[in-house]
Amino acid sequence: MTDQNNIKVSIRNLFKIFGTDPAAALTHVRAGLGKPELLEQHGHVLGLQNINVDMQAGEITVIMGLSGSGKSTLIRHLNRLIEPTAGEIIVNGEDVLAYDATKLDALRQNTMSMVFQKFALFPHRTVLENAGMARRVRGESGKAADKEGQKWLERVGLAGYEEHYPNQLSGGMQQRVGIARALASDSEIMLMDEAFSALDPLIRTDMQDLLLELQRELHKTIVFITHDLDEALKLADHLVILKDGAIVQQGEPQEILLQPNDPYIMDFIADINRARVLRVRSVMEVTTDPGTNIAGDVDANSNLERVIAMSEGDTNLNYRVMENGQQVGLLHMRDLVRALVPVEASDPARRMAS
Amino acid sequence: MAFYDGLIETLGLTDWCGEADAGGGGPLTMAELLARANGGGADGEDPATPLMDTPFPSLDTLHQSCEAIPRTRDVTEMVEQGFLGIKDGLRLVLDPLTEPLGWLLDASLSGFEATPWFIMIPLLMALTWFAARSVSVLALVTFSFLFMAMINHYDEAIQTLSIIFVCTIFCVVLGVPIGIAMSKSNTLQRISIPILDMLQTLPTFVYLIPLIFLFSVTESKLYGIAIILYAIVPVIRLTDLGIRLVDKDVIEAADAFGMSNWQKLTGVQIPLALPNIMAGINQTIMMSLAMVVIASLVSAPGLGRLVLRGINNLELGVGLVAGFCIVLLAVLLDRATKAALGRINSSEQ
Ligand SMILES: Nc1ncnc2c1ncn2[C@@H]1O[C@H](COP(=O)(O)OP(=O)(O)O)[C@@H](O)[C@H]1O
Ligand SMILES: [Mg+2]
Repeated sequence: MTDQNNIKVSIRNLFKIFGTDPAAALTHVRAGLGKPELLEQHGHVLGLQNINVDMQAGEITVIMGLSGSGKSTLIRHLNRLIEPTAGEIIVNGEDVLAYDATKLDALRQNTMSMVFQKFALFPHRTVLENAGMARRVRGESGKAADKEGQKWLERVGLAGYEEHYPNQLSGGMQQRVGIARALASDSEIMLMDEAFSALDPLIRTDMQDLLLELQRELHKTIVFITHDLDEALKLADHLVILKDGAIVQQGEPQEILLQPNDPYIMDFIADINRARVLRVRSVMEVTTDPGTNIAGDVDANSNLERVIAMSEGDTNLNYRVMENGQQVGLLHMRDLVRALVPVEASDPARRMAS
Repeated sequence: MAFYDGLIETLGLTDWCGEADAGGGGPLTMAELLARANGGGADGEDPATPLMDTPFPSLDTLHQSCEAIPRTRDVTEMVEQGFLGIKDGLRLVLDPLTEPLGWLLDASLSGFEATPWFIMIPLLMALTWFAARSVSVLALVTFSFLFMAMINHYDEAIQTLSIIFVCTIFCVVLGVPIGIAMSKSNTLQRISIPILDMLQTLPTFVYLIPLIFLFSVTESKLYGIAIILYAIVPVIRLTDLGIRLVDKDVIEAADAFGMSNWQKLTGVQIPLALPNIMAGINQTIMMSLAMVVIASLVSAPGLGRLVLRGINNLELGVGLVAGFCIVLLAVLLDRATKAALGRINSSEQ
């Protein structure tokens, strides 16, 4: 998965400590002090500790964690709304932390755009002016900004609302404006901090679908923050799980589901519908051997639920797994059923312990 | 001899105090005069003062026992001398700085007075309509001015209005930037708030005293400064508050899209603080009106002068009618600015 040549954003050994003397607190943290101890003994909040993430161009990197785990802090380091205590942030091969104010403004105007949990639209500007805002900030003419704003408003389904003010729109529509505003800046990187968390579940699903649809076409590098595992699994190409400011696991979402390396993650994934989330390619046997006793063909990217429905619950069947018209593996229903049981329950050692 | 003699002696301060000869040289204090008028000379034998009559150890009382302690009148004298001492220096700085205010006040006054009523009243109506877009406010303004013209108070009302006009402009031009600076710096805010509190709570007469010494009473900038000092407070406060109250998320969005500080200030913070700033301007106008009446004491022309005449000459009718005109002016200024404020608020929703 990781392609060294295609890394858009790279975070290296990033630390963030909130407090009066972060540098001193950092030495304690490096010496192994944890978040609660640091707060108790030194009165500093450990925001982030030793974060290393590579974000691939054209992928959606989802950062997931419970509230207070440091997600917002992390994403705000990318465009330096928050300054780190230590570490490096490399965007397109350049160290963002070395930027002066002018270059930083240029980065924020041209390379990165942001979508906010509470929309953060300008209440005194119309929807159209909001959508074209990034262009106006860059000094482009009002006409050019409006043209671009109009285009993206139409793209997110808000044609006809140009002259409305943001608070005349529903939450979902406001966030569509937020997305149009980010897209109209034509930046390669989009930062989305819990962009859909404030929306009703049905609207949220719509917005996730909209984002995936846009992404298929635009191939932006998206950093998406969420506290919702279903959302994370739906959107993520690369999933980073954050706890108390540290990364507990990162990788392909399917991999994390099948091999969680931490009880925190096991708790997180305990309640999800694995049959709907896991995909055939994650549980198949990779082979081009035609196999015997084949009951039919399945697509590598379809989820297990569909296969179960197809098999009508018969665990003795085998399927040929196809991708782009080629066989890529064999799916044994027995493996599929095993994958449906969370690791925790299937591991006898853990079952004894708990 | 005096009540605290014993105390001075016990403390061993007799030498430092010098000869205690109250009633000797120097002007007499009021207490000494009273004592003398009551028959008992200051030098006479004091009967032992009963405990219940123990005088407060004030400067004057202590002075009776100890020459070296100054009397209160010496202290006020010192304050006066101190002020007179820095007066020339202060004048040298303040005079050129405040000169434009005087010019503008005079120019505006003669401008307002030179404009004939049949131009002025429609002009005011147009202005009201432009700001407030409200028929009832327009009607109020029209009838008020026609009424004041009818009872021959038009000239005074226009003079008062002219002063308020100039002073409000100064308050806004100075107050909004000060408010913005305060919203940007917590230190500046901590320093400014006590000063603003003081300006707002000082009785208005107290302002006038140092100003009278600094400038001559005939100068229009004297009352101009008094009005501005008093009326500038709300516009500063509410600009500061308004900018600080702008939604943090919106500011963060402005930062995230790379807005410069100037773009942020003019494009986001001031527009979003505008309802608060306008509320401050409304209060500033009302306070200017209150002060312009008092400033008639220091030669400010206008309706206040008629009120003053009413007080001085016990002309009840003159004072009351002028007072009524002031109320009318206050109501219409308030309604017009509130309506303008309401329009801003609703356009932002
Ligand atoms: N400015 C700050 N000062 C002190 N602590 C902060 C500050 N900002 C965030 N924190 C702390 O850092 C931690 C992570 O916060 P945040 O990044 O907002 O979490 P999340 O977005 O995952 O909910 C929390 O414990 C929070 O209290
Ligand atoms: Mg957050």
